[in-house]
Order: sequence, then structure tokens, then C-alpha cells
Amino acid sequence: MYMPDPGFVRGTLLRRGQLARRGAALLVAGLVAVALGLSGVLVAVVNPVLIIGGLVAVYAGVDRLVWAARRRRLDLLLGLASAWLVLLVGAAILAPVLPLGEHEDVAATITDPIFLEPFTYGDHPLGTNGAGLDMLARVIYGARASLTIAVMAVTIGLVVGSAIGIIAGFYRRKVDTVIGIFTNALLAVPPLILLIVLATVLDPKVRNMAIALSLLTIPTMVRLARANTIAYSQREFVLAARALGATKGRIMVRELLPNVLPPMLSMAVVVMSALIVAEASLSFLGLGIQPPSPTWGNMILEAEANDTMTEHPFILLVPGTVLFLTVYSVNLLGERAQQRWDPRGAKL
Amino acid sequence: MRALLRRLGQLVAVLALVSFGVFLLVAALPGDPAAAILGPGRPPEDYAALRAEMGLDQPLFQRYFEWLGQALTGDLGSSTVPPYLDVSDRITAALPVSIELACLGLLIALLIAIPLALVSAYREGGLVDRVVSGGTFAILSIPSFLLGLLLIMLVVETLGWLPRSQWVRLSDSVAGNLEHAILPAIVIALPEAALFTRILRNDLVRTLREDFVLAARAKGMPPSRVMLNEALRPSSFSLVTVVGIALGTLIGSTVIVEYLFSLPGMGTLVVTAASQGDFPIVQGATLVIATLYVLINTGIDVVYGYLDPRTRRVHA
Repeated sequence: MYMPDPGFVRGTLLRRGQLARRGAALLVAGLVAVALGLSGVLVAVVNPVLIIGGLVAVYAGVDRLVWAARRRRLDLLLGLASAWLVLLVGAAILAPVLPLGEHEDVAATITDPIFLEPFTYGDHPLGTNGAGLDMLARVIYGARASLTIAVMAVTIGLVVGSAIGIIAGFYRRKVDTVIGIFTNALLAVPPLILLIVLATVLDPKVRNMAIALSLLTIPTMVRLARANTIAYSQREFVLAARALGATKGRIMVRELLPNVLPPMLSMAVVVMSALIVAEASLSFLGLGIQPPSPTWGNMILEAEANDTMTEHPFILLVPGTVLFLTVYSVNLLGERAQQRWDPRGAKL
Repeated sequence: MRALLRRLGQLVAVLALVSFGVFLLVAALPGDPAAAILGPGRPPEDYAALRAEMGLDQPLFQRYFEWLGQALTGDLGSSTVPPYLDVSDRITAALPVSIELACLGLLIALLIAIPLALVSAYREGGLVDRVVSGGTFAILSIPSFLLGLLLIMLVVETLGWLPRSQWVRLSDSVAGNLEHAILPAIVIALPEAALFTRILRNDLVRTLREDFVLAARAKGMPPSRVMLNEALRPSSFSLVTVVGIALGTLIGSTVIVEYLFSLPGMGTLVVTAASQGDFPIVQGATLVIATLYVLINTGIDVVYGYLDPRTRRVHA
């Protein structure tokens, strides 16, 4: 992304010292504003404005300091996104050993309060749902399901997609045509409809969901692998390998695969966010992992059912925010990865 | 001409494969449709008789060709769930709703995207550009059902401006139809608008670096005319393609929105049928949606050739 030089103010370029001083001033002002907003001394309406404005100032300040010191722009957004994903993945992996509330056994929460608001600084940091289940625990166990399914599906897509794509791109002619028709046929059915049809046939379990979702990723992966294989097949190193008498299999695995894989990996990150959305959508339609096992999608469905969200908006907002932050972070990571490793695909 | 014929051949092959896939998926299903219809506890001859009547005792390929033949004449069988309505009738009732939603959504998306792209491309890297870029990126990260629920919470529940469900047919009342279609259409439009804005903005930025734009500027043409008359048209090719693809996919992708607002379109039809195990409807609807998608896409490809002279083949 193009970013103007922060030292360029009203037509003149600031010297490093000046820029650093401005940055430090912005940073301090921002911190004071955030502290004021958080302490809640002032009128309630002003607080969010102070906090947001303060954070922007802190960001601008740190950005200028970093630029003055190292001549590098600060990619704070990327840092935050990575931090969020690390936190989420960590929590999801460690979920069984973390001191969380009950996430699915309704019988264990009979005595717990229902629809407890979040941030009440009690046993339930993100509140409880209509059955007294802990929202934080449900969000984290939901992440477990979502992430497992998405990672499994992407892996299947990568392996199958690269194999088929390289074969199509290497052999061309009839093989290519047949594979092309198959991928086009898969692409002709809208993703969600395909998933719904599969969901009617398959049992909604984590493994089956991953297989169903991987079908969505395969056509994209095949196309990408095929296009890159065709491009690389005409390069000299492939010709050299051929001249040395390498077998077709060896050329595909040792020469083409290592070159075709990097852009596919950055594509995999983008595909992953689409898969998280697809899985959530399916659960939201009631066709995914079934309650009481939590997923973000069925938690949001819970908010929609009987208009729960009108009275208790947080039932929608808690899983909604987590879902949004995750998809946003993965998208951002994918975009940056594509800019770095696959300049052609970085257009969007 | 030969290219057109080859494309047509591929089209037929893709459609045949899709129809076979759809057929196979349901045919390979565990469980006996006859048992599902009659219920348990009947003498075995009854089941066998019904199976013969439904043609289930025939070999797979014969059944496929029979099904396909009937489908080509517009007969997609009847639903297996009471009141056993005709599948084709259900689909012809649902299709206009989805098509209207998709078209309305696309229209709104373009109305939002074109001005936004023009404004942000005008000063690349400026404040407006960065805000629009950040905003569109964020919108693209909100799943449509979440976006829909948030809008419902805001516009319907809190502000009380618009009603939530009940569909009024366009033929019954234009105003009533619009009142009910506008919010779902907006939910469909927002992510598309974000995508269109990004695509058009990038192409515009590239066009604005060209010499003829510089020439127009140097002649003293006002910026608004440079943007609208000179830059917009040569920058719109990718947008046209993407809009075309969107039209194809949207007919099947309005599922979530239809479900959210309980609109009687294709999406609701498929989801309800899927949850009831009503396979003829799932089969028929998927076939229709996929066919439309493939046809629209091929159509777009052909039209695109006329729009952009560079992609045209040179004819001898």
C-alpha cells in the first residue's frame, strides 16, 4: 500500500529530530487521552471519542518515531492482526487446560445466572447465554471447531489442488481439457448451495465438514497451480532437467512443485478466511456442527432465534466481533503475503 | 466461429457433468425414498411397488438419462414432502425473487462503488483513498449474515424504519415490493460494492498515469471531466467482468439473505428442502442455478469480446 512520508508536512520535509519530537508529543497526548477516557472522569459520551482519538494519536506518534529512527513505516495493523491470531490459536489449542467456564453441558450450569452482561468482572468475563453457559468458553471452543475445520480443508485443498493443477499444466492437451471441465463444473455450483447439498448428505461432523469445504478450495487451487505450472514449464531449468534425462515425475515434483507452491500458500491464507466464513454461514443456517457444541455460526444463530438479540445484543455482538476480527486478521495476513510472494495476485 | 463452437462444446460438457453430479449425489444417498414416503410398518410388496413406480429399480445410468430427459422438457418431478408440489412450479415461483434481489443489489453496489472509486483514485494515497481502502477491506471481512443481523438490529429494531420480513410481489405493488426488498438488497450490495470499489479504483489509478490523461490535463480540462470522460471508460473492463460474474453467483448466493429476511427465493427453497430431506427440489434448484451461472458467464465472455477490442481474435 502506498503511504506518504509522514515527515512531509505542508510542502517541506521535516528534519529527523523535529519529526521525532512531533511523534513523541503525539504519543504522550494520545496516552493521556486514552487514560482519561478509560478512567471515566468526564461525561460518558466523551469517553469513547477520547479513547479512539487517543489510540489514533498513539499510532501516529509511534509511526513517526519509528520512521525518524529507522526509516521504516510501522505496519501496526499487521502486528495487531498477528497478535490476535496468535492469541486465538493459542487459546483454542489450550482450551481444555484453561480455567474456563462451562461451554456446552447445560446440566452443569443450572445454578448459573442467564444472560449475564459481559465485562461485569465476575466469573464470566464475556457474560453467559440463555442457558447460563460461559460466552468466553463458547467463543474459544467455537474457535477450536472453526479453525480445525478451516485448516484441514485448506490442507486437503492444497495437496489435491497442487497435484491436479501441476498434472493439468504439465501434460496440457486432453488431460488439461478434462480437468478444466471438472473444475468448471465444481465452480458452476454456487459455494453455499454446494455446501448445503453436501450437508444434506453428510453427517455434520468436523471431519465431514472439512471434506465438504475442501471441495470449495480445490478448483481455485487447481487453476492457480495450473497457470503457474504452464509458466514455469517453459523456463530453462525445466528444459535443462529434461535434457539431463529427468523423468516426468521428477520434473513435476522436484522442479515445478517448489516454484508453484509459494503463491499457492499465500492464496491458501486468503482461502482460509473464506472457509471460516463458509463454515460459520453453514452453522448459522443450522446445517453445520450441531448445538450444544459451540461454533461461531451457531452462537450467532442462537442470537437470531426468538429475537434474543433485541433484548441482549451482546449474544450477537460477542461471537460476531470475534468472527469479524478473525476474518479481518486472516484477510490482512493473506493480502500482505500475496503482495510479498505473488505480486500478480496482489491486485485486490 | 470455431472458438465459439468450442466454447459451446465445453458449456455442454460442464452442464452434463453438473447435472450428473447433482443426480448422483442424491441417488447415492443412503436410505430408501420409498420407505421415507410410505413410513415404516407396511408389507414389503408395497415398498417394492412404489420403488418400481418411481423407477428406482432401474440401473443408475438409465435413471439419469430419464431424469435428464424429463428435466430438459421442464419436468423436474414432484416434491417428496407433503403437499407434494411440482418442483418446476416451486422454482418458477422462487426464481424471480432471487433475480430481483441480485439485480437490485448489483445496482445499489454500482451506485456506491463508482463514485467512491472515482473520489479515491483522484488522489492516490490521500486521506479519502486510505479511509475508503480501509473501510472496504473491513466490509469484505464481515460475513453477510453478520452484516444482515447488524443492519436488522440497527434499522429494523432500533430505528424502526423498515419492516423485516413478508414479501410483496413486484406485480402486486411496486412500492410495497421495494420497501421489503431494499434492506436485503443493501445487505447483498455492501460487500459487492466494496469489491467493485477496490477493482475500479486500482484500474483508475493505472489509467490516470497514462499519457492521454496527462494530455487532457495539460489542455486544461477540468478534473471532473478528466475522470468521467477520459479515465472511467478505459478503466471499467475488469469491473464489467466482475459485475458479470457477480450476477451469476448472486442468484445462488442470496441464500443467507433470503433466509435472514424470510424471502421466498431460491435460497430459502433449497435450505428448507435440504433440512426436510426433500431431494427432488434440491436437485432441481441446484441444476437451475448452476445452468444459469454457466450461461451468464459464457454470455459475459462473449459480450466482453465486443467491449474490449484487445481480447478480440483477429479474423482473416
